[in-house]
Amino acid sequence: MARLWEKIRDYLEPRFLLSAVRDLAGKKKVPEHKRSFWYFFGGICLFLFLIQVMTGILLMLYYTPSVDAAHESVQFIMAQVKFGWLIRSVHSWTANILIGVIFVHMFSAFFLKAYRPPRELTWITGFLLLVLFLAFGFSGYLLPWNELSFFATRVGTDIAGVIPVVGKGLKTFILGGPEVSGATLTRFFWLHVGILPAIAVLIMGIHVLLVQTLGMSKPIGVTVTKEISFFPDFVLKDSLGWLIILAAVGAVCVFLPWEAGPKADPFASTPLGIKPEWYFTFMFTTLKLVPAHIFSVEGEVLAVLGFMLGGFLLLLVPLLDRRAAREKRSPVFTAVGLAVVVYIVVMTALTYLAPNIGK
Amino acid sequence: MKRRTFVNLFLGGSLLGTVISFLYPVIRYLIPPRQAEAAAKRILAAKAGELAPNSAKFFRFGSTAAVLVNTSEGQLRAFSAVCTHLTCTVRYEADTGTLFCPCHNGRFDLAGNVISGPPPRPLEAYEVEVSGSDIYVSRKT
Repeated sequence: MARLWEKIRDYLEPRFLLSAVRDLAGKKKVPEHKRSFWYFFGGICLFLFLIQVMTGILLMLYYTPSVDAAHESVQFIMAQVKFGWLIRSVHSWTANILIGVIFVHMFSAFFLKAYRPPRELTWITGFLLLVLFLAFGFSGYLLPWNELSFFATRVGTDIAGVIPVVGKGLKTFILGGPEVSGATLTRFFWLHVGILPAIAVLIMGIHVLLVQTLGMSKPIGVTVTKEISFFPDFVLKDSLGWLIILAAVGAVCVFLPWEAGPKADPFASTPLGIKPEWYFTFMFTTLKLVPAHIFSVEGEVLAVLGFMLGGFLLLLVPLLDRRAAREKRSPVFTAVGLAVVVYIVVMTALTYLAPNIGK
Repeated sequence: MKRRTFVNLFLGGSLLGTVISFLYPVIRYLIPPRQAEAAAKRILAAKAGELAPNSAKFFRFGSTAAVLVNTSEGQLRAFSAVCTHLTCTVRYEADTGTLFCPCHNGRFDLAGNVISGPPPRPLEAYEVEVSGSDIYVSRKT
């Protein structure tokens, strides 16, 4: 066996210059300090994305993107196809975990001020990836064509519709018409499996290339010079995290398989207790609490513009935080970041603990 | 104009024109075509006696949902069932005699007015007409 492996390696070595790649990977160092734990979350995101791609490709084999057949095809996957329930549950659970891990990865980069020069583009591409994965979640949510996803899509696209000037056109473009319909389902499927993965792979490529080129950022004031090699030391530690997550996902899928829910009826009342996926609930609860009018402007318009402004400021953090750019501590940014985290956590918790808020 | 500048402008302009000629059909293709909306003007919503007092029936009206309410006093009223906040479909709550939107907890009275929650406008009210044993709902003119 060892000789066979040697033969394969001897064949591949002059053709792919494997030793050069191995040497390059060995040269890359990862700093070790008391906060280097947070470095692992980027790799976990990549791992979860790969699971998404693999399970997504498998689901496409049986899924049919049409109003008449979408829900039925998901039920078929869950009930008739061998291990269909597992593949779909892994896809749905890892999608949710992935977005949670992206949030952790982003906020850890934020609090460690990893966006300092020359890593501004790493931050910006990371932010774009967060937006892309939220779009993945939103578009994928409609595909089973169930009650919850139908109304969540209605509300979500109507939020886009309240944006001044471009809102109406944008909503029609997203929906493929004036209402959530079969055209919307086709469009969301097209986005979910065609457009978004292509853009995500491109931006992820740039993001990972930047991380590889510039190396890991050390927090401000950390002068420790201890380092470990990226390969194999860091990769082995990272893969331990991957295995733990894989085991956890497997366990969750067995005990809590993802439900298909009742089929959407566009002309029925919205079911009680409706809410979007957890990562949108902080906005959802905010929209419940915002009054109908604020200074004669519709409250929802102001709330949506507020969220857009917040996202835009987050994108521009590397340019705004001038103190961190000079390697000085920037407590104001840390405090604002903490306030945002507290706001998101409180609003998300209220969604589940106080569903009748504002009633 | 120098010959080099002319050639640069000519080639650059041609390249730009080529890019636009490729992009234009793609962008037009992505914008959904306008389709005639199923804009119903008058519809048979229910039969007389079908709705007990303090109950409601939801039905398709054009491309959206509408609701016909028979109040506790036996009055028939019809509204668009689309919440004016973020377009969820409202529900009828018999215990309070109101129309409630579960998405963001908006509540309307049986005149369509907002009682509480974030909806910025009242529900669109429709005309109700009883003709023999049929109840028709139509848009107000």
